[in-house]
Amino acid sequence: MTKMTVGQPIKRVEDKRFLTGRGKYTDDINRPGQTYAYIVRSPHAHAKINGINKAAAEAMPGVHAVFTGDDTKDLGGIPCGWQVHSKDGTPMAEPRHPMLAEGKARHVGDPVAMVVADTREQARAAAEALEIDYQELPAVSDTGSALGDGQPLVHDDVSSNLCYDWIIGEEADADAAIAKAHHVTEIDLVNNRLVANPMEPRAAIGEFDESTGEYTLHTTSQNPHVIRLLMGAFVLSIPEHKLRVVAPDVGGGFGSKIYHYAEEALVTWASAKVGRPIKWTADRSEAFISDAHGRDHVSHAKLAMDENGKFLALKVETTANMGAYLSTFAPCVPTYLYATLLAGVYTTPIVFANVKAVFTNTVPVDAYRGAGRPEATYLLERIVEKAAREMGLAQDELRRRNFIPADAFPYQTPVALQYDSGDYLATMEKAIELSNYESFEDRRQEAASRGKLRGIGFSTYVEACGIAPSAVVGSLGARAGLYECGQVRVHPTGSVTVFTGTHSHGQGHETTFAQLVADKLGIPMENVEISHGDTNKIPFGMGTYGSRSLAVGGVAIDRALDKVVAKAKKIAAHLMEASEADIEFENGEFRVAGTDKTTAFGDVALTAYVPHNYPIEELEPGLEETAFFDPLNFSYPGGCHICEVEIDPETGVTEVVGMTAVDDFGRIINPMIVHGQVHGGLAQGIGQALLESCVYDESGQLVTGSYMDYTMPRADNLPSYTVDDHCVPAAHNPLGVKGCGEVGAIGSPPSVINAVLDALNPLGVRDISMPATPMKVWQAIQDAKMSQAAD
Amino acid sequence: MASVSMTVNGKSVSGDVAPNTLLVDFLRENLRLTGTHVGCDTSQCGACVIHVNGKSVKACTMLAVQAEGADVTTIEGLANGDQLHPMQEAFREHHGLQCGFCTPGMVMSAVDLANTIDNPDEKTIRHWLEGNICRCTGYHNIVKAIEAGSKAMQAGKQAAD
Repeated sequence: MTKMTVGQPIKRVEDKRFLTGRGKYTDDINRPGQTYAYIVRSPHAHAKINGINKAAAEAMPGVHAVFTGDDTKDLGGIPCGWQVHSKDGTPMAEPRHPMLAEGKARHVGDPVAMVVADTREQARAAAEALEIDYQELPAVSDTGSALGDGQPLVHDDVSSNLCYDWIIGEEADADAAIAKAHHVTEIDLVNNRLVANPMEPRAAIGEFDESTGEYTLHTTSQNPHVIRLLMGAFVLSIPEHKLRVVAPDVGGGFGSKIYHYAEEALVTWASAKVGRPIKWTADRSEAFISDAHGRDHVSHAKLAMDENGKFLALKVETTANMGAYLSTFAPCVPTYLYATLLAGVYTTPIVFANVKAVFTNTVPVDAYRGAGRPEATYLLERIVEKAAREMGLAQDELRRRNFIPADAFPYQTPVALQYDSGDYLATMEKAIELSNYESFEDRRQEAASRGKLRGIGFSTYVEACGIAPSAVVGSLGARAGLYECGQVRVHPTGSVTVFTGTHSHGQGHETTFAQLVADKLGIPMENVEISHGDTNKIPFGMGTYGSRSLAVGGVAIDRALDKVVAKAKKIAAHLMEASEADIEFENGEFRVAGTDKTTAFGDVALTAYVPHNYPIEELEPGLEETAFFDPLNFSYPGGCHICEVEIDPETGVTEVVGMTAVDDFGRIINPMIVHGQVHGGLAQGIGQALLESCVYDESGQLVTGSYMDYTMPRADNLPSYTVDDHCVPAAHNPLGVKGCGEVGAIGSPPSVINAVLDALNPLGVRDISMPATPMKVWQAIQDAKMSQAAD
Repeated sequence: MASVSMTVNGKSVSGDVAPNTLLVDFLRENLRLTGTHVGCDTSQCGACVIHVNGKSVKACTMLAVQAEGADVTTIEGLANGDQLHPMQEAFREHHGLQCGFCTPGMVMSAVDLANTIDNPDEKTIRHWLEGNICRCTGYHNIVKAIEAGSKAMQAGKQAAD
């Protein structure tokens, strides 16, 4: 009998190649005759391009071609995958997003030209010889003021820089509830702009085979089929059967490698022009000004309560920065992935949100780990923390009074979503216990004796992932379906290759999916290969983001396995001369029920491909099945994160001394991998709260454009985490799984800031913005001292 | 062009390079040893850490010609055939990697740490890793892996003595 693997912390199948330097990332691939591209980018946030003189660059050694917007202006623009409508019913403003700037550059880093040469160095040298006549224009980079009168227009045909003005809920109901409430807590918040920063910079290799007319693109993508669809159909007009997109090993994504980027289309298109493969690899500085950024909201919110602290209504006004152009998923992030989560884990009966999306002269903003849900959670958990203080209630107590109870599921929120399952009180109770919350005051006093300020902060959250039910997202403006595809190919000798449309760039699919297959077919994991990332191998797929791989892609594989078993039972019935209805399948063995007649999975597989004794009139040979799975609902992980910090009031340095996360992932296939995902998310959440911020100056120059300026969390900025779970199986998929990739980044930031505020509360500090850097904390302490002295 | 010779993973290699060629580019482009990665352009990320004469070095901070005559070990040269080095094994055992991109630099850096300081504690490990950035793991399991890997290396040394 094969040992069951589901639920076990099975060591990862993929690790050996990564540990021995045998991973195959895009930049590790070299094609015969390969040339190199260098992208010339705008150094200005906003500039008219009066002309480009290519002659000197073209004459440089090794140069094959120099392309500008004049060469690509008849090709399609980079498409947006989602259309949001304003409250008056008009569609969002959707200005053209050219591959190379056409007459105007709209952000620092906007691609203006591409040089192709025999070597990287030659391409770079030639780029410097390119003469570009820029005429600088005034720029707008600040989210909160982009809509103001007299602001420069990012796109001449988009008045006021407004992309859309969208609402959800009834404003009049919210206003009425706020007007008669016992107490209203108000808050102003900025959700800081972040850069995803996967450690592997983006890269792309385009290649054209003249003999077949087929294009191949190797690219650092989380979803190669989506890139094939967007680039083939909308940008370059290459049909799917002549375009192969391969995303090999990819070194992290966190959302930033979902989107279709200009460089992918440029190297693919130009490879046919040049007649040679073209490789482009971003350096880190280039990544900072060309990878889609994340977050960047400015919000004002009001929370109305009755005398017992029961939430009556929430009203939110948010301005969200889209950057200079609409990236693939951008419009849905601050609407359907944000405002629909504003009920959170609470029974708030009325929620209203107004979201204005604005264009600015900055890099496009799109989904970054959590995408909209961290912004919603941050807003809710900051205002709940403030409300608890204003109402004189403990942090856990106000939450207890407002949680959706465990017996209320399925629970319809006032903002469209129906949560299938969860137990928010149980996750909080467990986190309280694991974090030793009850004895916190002792630790606060002990820290005080050392001159340190200690604080503890809560965040209780729910998120919507397993993206996504196609009919639902279609009605909300998605221009594609978001199902997933799984194909199971049983080979003649019983080993199995699984083709999945999801993509693993750190998530360990080669292990988790193999566990599903091994257990279901009763074969050893070594006999299972998980294949992903190549449109010529995988039938179709929508890729990996929104914690969807297992909840959507894993279920597709599970369904394909069901079909395999169903057909195999028919074959087994024939082999054992029994009725199909009497065939049982367990532990890799088919058995005639109630007898000792058995046949092994491998024998059935062989029979399927060597059909000498086979019910050929009723059944085709072969054993290979494909399934598509489209979920009926999102999945809803939730939980509680409790952070404990110690602040040195002399320096303002905040040390995270405890980080406890208890989450509900639904059913867990591999706890080691799941908890590893949480660790990474927590680091990004703590990073957002204390370290990371993407800063533009008033002229639109990116001030934080390298690891010298943008503070990536290092090992010595972070604690060891206490991670646990309390799981309620998901109701909408047969595996009962919810998702784990984003929870850490969604839940943790407000817990960190609430802990900082708790530490500083005795000094009278009531607000601090992310990232709470030592300078900000120190300044807040000084300001509080000054104002107390003045009183 | 300048000619350069060194020992890489136990083999003598030589090549012609431009004088400004970085060691990491020599390894990746000339020798096609692509396990050593480039994650930044400011010598911050540590994805390119290798060993030069037994000490960890960011291969983006050295010119290829500066490694003339040196004994270089890259991630490809760490395992003993099919048998993983104890530090590699510890990373696997403790789930100290996810996307794998920072991993070669992390492992090479960790091996140098374990060679330099016997049985380093958590604080020492976190401090040592200041020059290695990981975006996936949150470092939790990397720290655990290095603690375990260092112990295994120590035990191996004692067994050999």
